[in-house]
Amino acid sequence: MATKGTAAKKAAPRKAAAKAAPQKTAARAKAKPEISAEKSKMVGSVRRSFAPWTDPDAKPFILYENITKRFGDFTAVDDLTLGIYEREFFSLLGGSGCGKTTLLRMLAGFETPTEGRILLDGQDISKIPPYKRPVNMMFQSYALFPHMTVADNIAFGLKQDKMPKGEIADRVDEMLKLVKLEQFKSRKPHMLSGGQRQRVALARSIAKRPKVLLLDEPLGALDKKLREQTQFELIDLQQQLGLTFQIVTHDQEEAMTVSDRIAVMNQGKIIQVSTPAEMYEYPNSRFVADFIGDINLIEGTISSVSGGKVTVETADAGKLVVNQDLKADKGQTAWIAIRPEKVSIGLKKPAARTANVMSGEVWDIGYLGDVSTYHVKMPAGGIVKALQTNATRLVERPITWEDQAWLSFSPDGAVVLLS
Amino acid sequence: MAEHHDRSGRRLVLLVPYLWLLVFFLVPFLIVLKISFSQIAVAMPPYTPTFSLSQGWDGFVAAFRQLSFDNYVWLTEDDLYIRSYLSSVWIAFVSTIITLLVGYPVAYGMARAPSQWRATLLMLVILPFWTSFLIRVYAWIGILKPEGLLTVVLQTIGLLSPDEQVRILNTTTAVYIGIVYSYLPFMVLPLYSALEKMDASLLEAAEDLGCHPLKAFWVITFPLSLPGVIAGCFLVFIPAVGEFVIPDLLGGSGTLMIGKTLWSEFFNNRDWPVSSAVAVILLAVLIIPIVLFQRAQQRAQEREAG
Ligand SMILES: Nc1ncnc2c1ncn2[C@@H]1O[C@H](COP(=O)(O)OP(=O)(O)OP(=O)(O)O)[C@@H](O)[C@H]1O
Ligand SMILES: [Mg+2]
Repeated sequence: MATKGTAAKKAAPRKAAAKAAPQKTAARAKAKPEISAEKSKMVGSVRRSFAPWTDPDAKPFILYENITKRFGDFTAVDDLTLGIYEREFFSLLGGSGCGKTTLLRMLAGFETPTEGRILLDGQDISKIPPYKRPVNMMFQSYALFPHMTVADNIAFGLKQDKMPKGEIADRVDEMLKLVKLEQFKSRKPHMLSGGQRQRVALARSIAKRPKVLLLDEPLGALDKKLREQTQFELIDLQQQLGLTFQIVTHDQEEAMTVSDRIAVMNQGKIIQVSTPAEMYEYPNSRFVADFIGDINLIEGTISSVSGGKVTVETADAGKLVVNQDLKADKGQTAWIAIRPEKVSIGLKKPAARTANVMSGEVWDIGYLGDVSTYHVKMPAGGIVKALQTNATRLVERPITWEDQAWLSFSPDGAVVLLS
Repeated sequence: MAEHHDRSGRRLVLLVPYLWLLVFFLVPFLIVLKISFSQIAVAMPPYTPTFSLSQGWDGFVAAFRQLSFDNYVWLTEDDLYIRSYLSSVWIAFVSTIITLLVGYPVAYGMARAPSQWRATLLMLVILPFWTSFLIRVYAWIGILKPEGLLTVVLQTIGLLSPDEQVRILNTTTAVYIGIVYSYLPFMVLPLYSALEKMDASLLEAAEDLGCHPLKAFWVITFPLSLPGVIAGCFLVFIPAVGEFVIPDLLGGSGTLMIGKTLWSEFFNNRDWPVSSAVAVILLAVLIIPIVLFQRAQQRAQEREAG
């Protein structure tokens, strides 16, 4: 996954910001080594000092409290509770129509929750009209003012604040530079491409530097390179200005890159909220596992749970063992979730003591240049995917179609899911 | 072969509006123009010269020589005409403003109504067209006359004592009422179409950026409805200038409008040449706003097309 590299790059500005940030973060930074000393194994490569959600005393800056939103008899958001912390970069992921935009619109003030309330900095905002909320939203449809130039669009919010003319001009130039639209300053929106319009909408929503910025698919129309650049600029900006971002995206790679935490939504409910690495390594359900990245799900029944080891009896590969503290009953249906890159593949039978060995026929091979994905058909009919880096150009005996291949994975590599 | 057919077919289609204009606008206009250069005569038709083919080319040239600008000179000598033109333009202008002020909220309300209502509301705006324009203006006489409906209503609700009566009929006020009433749909329809296609999320975006909804109306909604405002104003102003029926039926002797002047010139004085000259000047007066209108439309189109 390309996210690994980008995630590492991201760590630098994070730390810089942590230094600049006041007391609270510093205290937490000190606490960090203790945690890592006590647990020898950690999830993911990136460890950040910014993690207010682990602090029981920290109060969320934005709090959706048991929010339900119904349109007629259709429930768009269903009894959702979610806290987002100050200076957090929070992403919402989820399929189309799962209620992401509706959630943002309720915070911006364009929809009223049918039930529940939203607190901003501890204050119920239900009575505050949208134009007074310290929240700016970038609309999924951009909603650019067609009769105004790009510069006027960006300046619009600043003018409402009665900012002095000179400052407005400076801020507009800064924003134009951020989104690389300097030469389009005096164009009207209809003279711009889709991606350019999206950038104007982004610039317009950021220009006011609101405490909370809601971005509804801010980068969807940009090409990959520009999108990655803009992602980092967004992160920098968020760090420099200490803003709180809540962003909707369809691009899970983007969510992994930019977010402090991610929430995966489905049918108006939040399925899981966690850091990108936790989300990837410890999905809490098949839905999340499947939604984020590629994964093998091997169905079976739990045959024993003891001492941090779970054994699952599967039709495809017999008994498989996973190191995990799990509350489950014997005989319960469970799924072993294992990422393809954590499954090793070979033509020789692994050593006798190797855990979790499976064998099957190579059914399909997906060659992607840097890696190859092998689809191996188990005797019972299930397919298990294994990912292998193409480390050398020439291989003595490449794995090929219809080969009998041996698969194995470490008990630390997988998770057992009960739902 | 088929392509050739196709293209000539398209040309034919393009020709239709031009043919229409030629036959029903340009030719009648040229006839009126010619009459306006003629002299009044006790004859049938009541002017000279008349062109006829019987006298050949020489007769044609002789008749042409008789044409003169006398009628136009006459129009400048009697200030009745100039006052009529000015008064017509003024009345049309005021009526247009009132129509805009009345029509904008109507169109706005329609555009903001729940979508399942809009077709019905649109129907209601168009509904008056099902009755003849003349009859509707006549109906206003019944409402506005001293012992009419308005007096009765005002007396019943006590705003007018039983011995008082409204004095609106045969005044310029009645003409304003008539014009505003009659031309309101021409204002509402273009306004509605401009307001209806406006994206509601623009107002949300404005509000989101800290703009009060009332202010958002002026900085977003109104500028975006400007093409509708312009179209509506011209659609009301241009026919209102030449309006005859309304000032004739509702206006009094004090209401001077060029349409009425033209009518009395034509029917009372049987002075076809002078009334033709009045009509030609009226057209010239209206050409200015028509050209302005077209320019505005063109600019709007250019803006949309980039
Ligand atoms: N005004 C409305 N009236 C009725 N239903 C609505 C309204 N707004 C949203 N919905 C419904 O609520 C659900 C959630 O919509 P929402 O726009 O929040 O989805 P989303 O998660 O943002 O989807 P996408 O990723 O496609 O943008 C959808 O099924 C949508 O049809
Ligand atoms: Mg959406």
